[in-house]
Amino acid sequence: MPNILSVITFLPLVGALVVLGLRLTSRPDDRPVVERTSKWIALWTTLATFALSIWLCVVFDRNAPGFQFVERYEWFSGAQYYLGVDGVSVLFVLLTAFLLPLCILASWTSIKERVIDYMIAFLVLETLVIGVFTALDLFLFYIFFEGGLVPMFLIIGIWGGKNRIYAAYKFFLYTLLGSVLMLAAMLYMAYTAGTTSIPELMKFHFDPMTQQLLWIGFFASFAVKMPMWPVHTWLPDAHVEAPTAGSVILAGILLKLGGYGFLRFNLPMFPQASELFAPFVFTLSVIAIVYTSLVAFRQTDIKKLIAYSSVAHMGFVTMGIFAGNALGIQGAIFQMLSHGVISGALFLCVGVIYDRMHTREIAFYGGLTSRMPIYAATFLLFTMANVGLPGTSGFIGEITTMTGVYNVSTWAAIVSASGVIFSAVYALTLYRRVMFGELTNPQLANISDMDWREMAVFAPLVIGTLALGVYPNFVFDFTTASVDALVATYQAAIAG
Amino acid sequence: MDLPSALSLALPELILAIGAMAVLVFGAFRGERASGAVAVLAGAALVAAAFAAALGPLGVAFNGAFVMDRMAAYSKVAIYVASAFGIVLGHGWLGRVSNQKFEYSVLILLATIGMSMMVSSGDMISLYVGVELQSLALYVMAAFQRDDAKASEAGLKYFVLGALSSGLMLYGISLIYGFTGAMRFDAVAAAVSGEAGTGVIFGLVFLICGLAFKVSAAPFHMWTPDVYEGGPTPAVAFIAAGPKLAAMVLFARTLSQGFFGVHDQWAQVVMIIAAISFVVGAFGGLMQRDIKRLLAYSSIANMGYALLAVAAGTQAGIQALLVFLVLYMIDITGFFACLMALSRDGRPVTTIAELSGLRRVNPGVALALTVLSLSVLGMPPFSGFWGKYYVFKAAIGAGLWPIAVAGLVASVVAAFYYLRIIKVMWFDAAPAPTDGAPAETRLVAFASAAFCFPLVLVALALLDPAARNAASALGLG
Repeated sequence: MPNILSVITFLPLVGALVVLGLRLTSRPDDRPVVERTSKWIALWTTLATFALSIWLCVVFDRNAPGFQFVERYEWFSGAQYYLGVDGVSVLFVLLTAFLLPLCILASWTSIKERVIDYMIAFLVLETLVIGVFTALDLFLFYIFFEGGLVPMFLIIGIWGGKNRIYAAYKFFLYTLLGSVLMLAAMLYMAYTAGTTSIPELMKFHFDPMTQQLLWIGFFASFAVKMPMWPVHTWLPDAHVEAPTAGSVILAGILLKLGGYGFLRFNLPMFPQASELFAPFVFTLSVIAIVYTSLVAFRQTDIKKLIAYSSVAHMGFVTMGIFAGNALGIQGAIFQMLSHGVISGALFLCVGVIYDRMHTREIAFYGGLTSRMPIYAATFLLFTMANVGLPGTSGFIGEITTMTGVYNVSTWAAIVSASGVIFSAVYALTLYRRVMFGELTNPQLANISDMDWREMAVFAPLVIGTLALGVYPNFVFDFTTASVDALVATYQAAIAG
Repeated sequence: MDLPSALSLALPELILAIGAMAVLVFGAFRGERASGAVAVLAGAALVAAAFAAALGPLGVAFNGAFVMDRMAAYSKVAIYVASAFGIVLGHGWLGRVSNQKFEYSVLILLATIGMSMMVSSGDMISLYVGVELQSLALYVMAAFQRDDAKASEAGLKYFVLGALSSGLMLYGISLIYGFTGAMRFDAVAAAVSGEAGTGVIFGLVFLICGLAFKVSAAPFHMWTPDVYEGGPTPAVAFIAAGPKLAAMVLFARTLSQGFFGVHDQWAQVVMIIAAISFVVGAFGGLMQRDIKRLLAYSSIANMGYALLAVAAGTQAGIQALLVFLVLYMIDITGFFACLMALSRDGRPVTTIAELSGLRRVNPGVALALTVLSLSVLGMPPFSGFWGKYYVFKAAIGAGLWPIAVAGLVASVVAAFYYLRIIKVMWFDAAPAPTDGAPAETRLVAFASAAFCFPLVLVALALLDPAARNAASALGLG
């Protein structure tokens, strides 16, 4: 299939259009039927996308460092429709396609209002996110990157919690401010280099002063998306207010756009600037790891706690990327994928009890082990994975990153290692307060354990976490060739 | 050049002028019941003129006073189409407010001739005549609801301030003439190549101020919010589209053709006006409650972006200007059409708060308004993003990146008020159902929303070479 990337990217959009057509042509009294149909259409579309992306990974040539499955057509005024994946982006496509069906399933019963619109928003979002990972043209990348704001804005604003409007605005405006600086940098690059093709720009050499300005432009966008301390404050608000599946997408995929952007733009295109700014990034990352871990410990809302823990874990990613060596970058990629699965699973865990009790207050819960044994086991696994227990994917990501950073900046690696301890403190405290102890709250007396649908949602996540923890080479097989090529050109650029 | 071939260059204007007089006489004899027929005839004249402009010969006529080049042809087609939409929207609306007068279509035709002259002017006399012809018709249109105090106020304000700006412009023209001894742009260019005396620069600044008033750029924007709020909505929709394009093209032609030699000097002035405009437009709109006032500030900001393209002073800048303005016109026409489509118990919806819950009571218009808001906001892949893309690319290409970054940041501030429109429509509860939307407003609203996305992705492949072709007429680098 020569156009497989286009098919994977736009298949969810086709699904969204089908649902939209169904909605527009249906009579109001058919609404329940249409809602049910739209759920199934959304589920099957996302599953088909997932199947195609598995197939993409199977036929992907793991030993070739360059871009594969390339599609390129001229459009207008130098812009082009240009898709392709390398060893890094193919895994993010897989991650996105993997999480989306789970999001649809997780919202199966918890979303009761405007179900059809909800499904459309998620399908459109999937197209836009996959598009970010497959686009190889600057402006095509920007369209997908920026376009994703709109469905997410609606998801938070329509299906969110009490304070949803504030959170939706904050999310949108923070990200937009970062993005317009990136747009200015992109326009300058397109003008100076005379091309908008990302592979060609990777080979183009900008002079050091220009690199620094462009680096800042891109950094502004990706640091907000990541999010890095001190521009992370939109994340806890967005997470707390978003519906469960929205949080999963946000933590699981949208945060990864930042790290992916650093790998795709900052490091290969502006190597000198990246080296110059690396200590700055390390400082911010270490602050993120230590400070947000401490902040997480003080939270009373489960979702907010996990949101802060995401910021801390993303600190490892930025540190690993700007270490600029193979170990650091491999670790960062692994950490992103692993965090995508783990944080997604943790938000789903919160969703399970939120659906039953409609509160996320830690103090409300306690002693759930006696009523919900299966749930307790699942939550324990992901808590441990979040802490970085060996055998889970969280461990591999953190240890590889820290080893890579140690070679470049010893102090950063040492201080960040304390983050692992802090994460154990807040994560285990959370688990103790929610799960252990006596069941004192009478409202919890009749809480039911997970049903088959919820177990079906968690099963792939459990398998994914453990499989990646035991056999990390699944990821490294894909990324090694691309990362080695990236590191080689980066090291050559900063040496020369 | 002999008279017949000179007249053939001005064929679009002739069609419009003769058409305007003919329908005026026709209307005068038949009275108000003829307004439908007058509207149809006026529309037909516009369509005929558009074809004449697109297919007619190119050249310079009347001793250089009238220029029909590719840029003029491009702008004229755009202006005539916008005017035709103005008639469609205006005719239906006036009928509903029981103020059906055939003069409305005639006024649109007269304003259109003025705009036509503006984009074709080759010297400062035709510049002034074109601007005045256009403005006089617009003053009347702004006050068309003569029983409405707000509309009369709007018309009067527009007229007084417009007269002041015309005075400034005339003063500038007289200074330039006095110091260069030339009226035609090419003769002025020859006189000021390399260096220009203080007198010429003085005159040029006055001329720029006058033109900035016509495009509603800050700090000459004071009339805009009041005219937008008070004027009849279809008239405002008309004022917000075609005349902006005409004045902007005139702006670009005057500066790039007549004063290219002193680009460094006027570029500073234009850049400052552009920067003030998008800052005023972004912050001024934040606290507005009235949608039309909000759109006024939005248009001030957008004219700032357009001026940024003018300041670039390159062919890419002019191309960006032409693409940006056409996309903007479609956006803003759709926006006003949505506004005209909405009313509650016969009263038009005017405040943002009244839009709340619109997606429930009128999902079609809510969706169109959402698309149009996102587009004006500059969200990819909607058309507004591509307009800004061209403008900022040209500005950065001309080395104006600090001001381009400022403009982009201002667009984030402005994003707040477009988001508010979306927020009230989608997140808030609906107070009461709206009346059924009139067919023609719905049609225009849906068509322009569909253009914003996805049609724009196809249209740009055509618009891009057309605008580049048109921009090359100025012979810039």
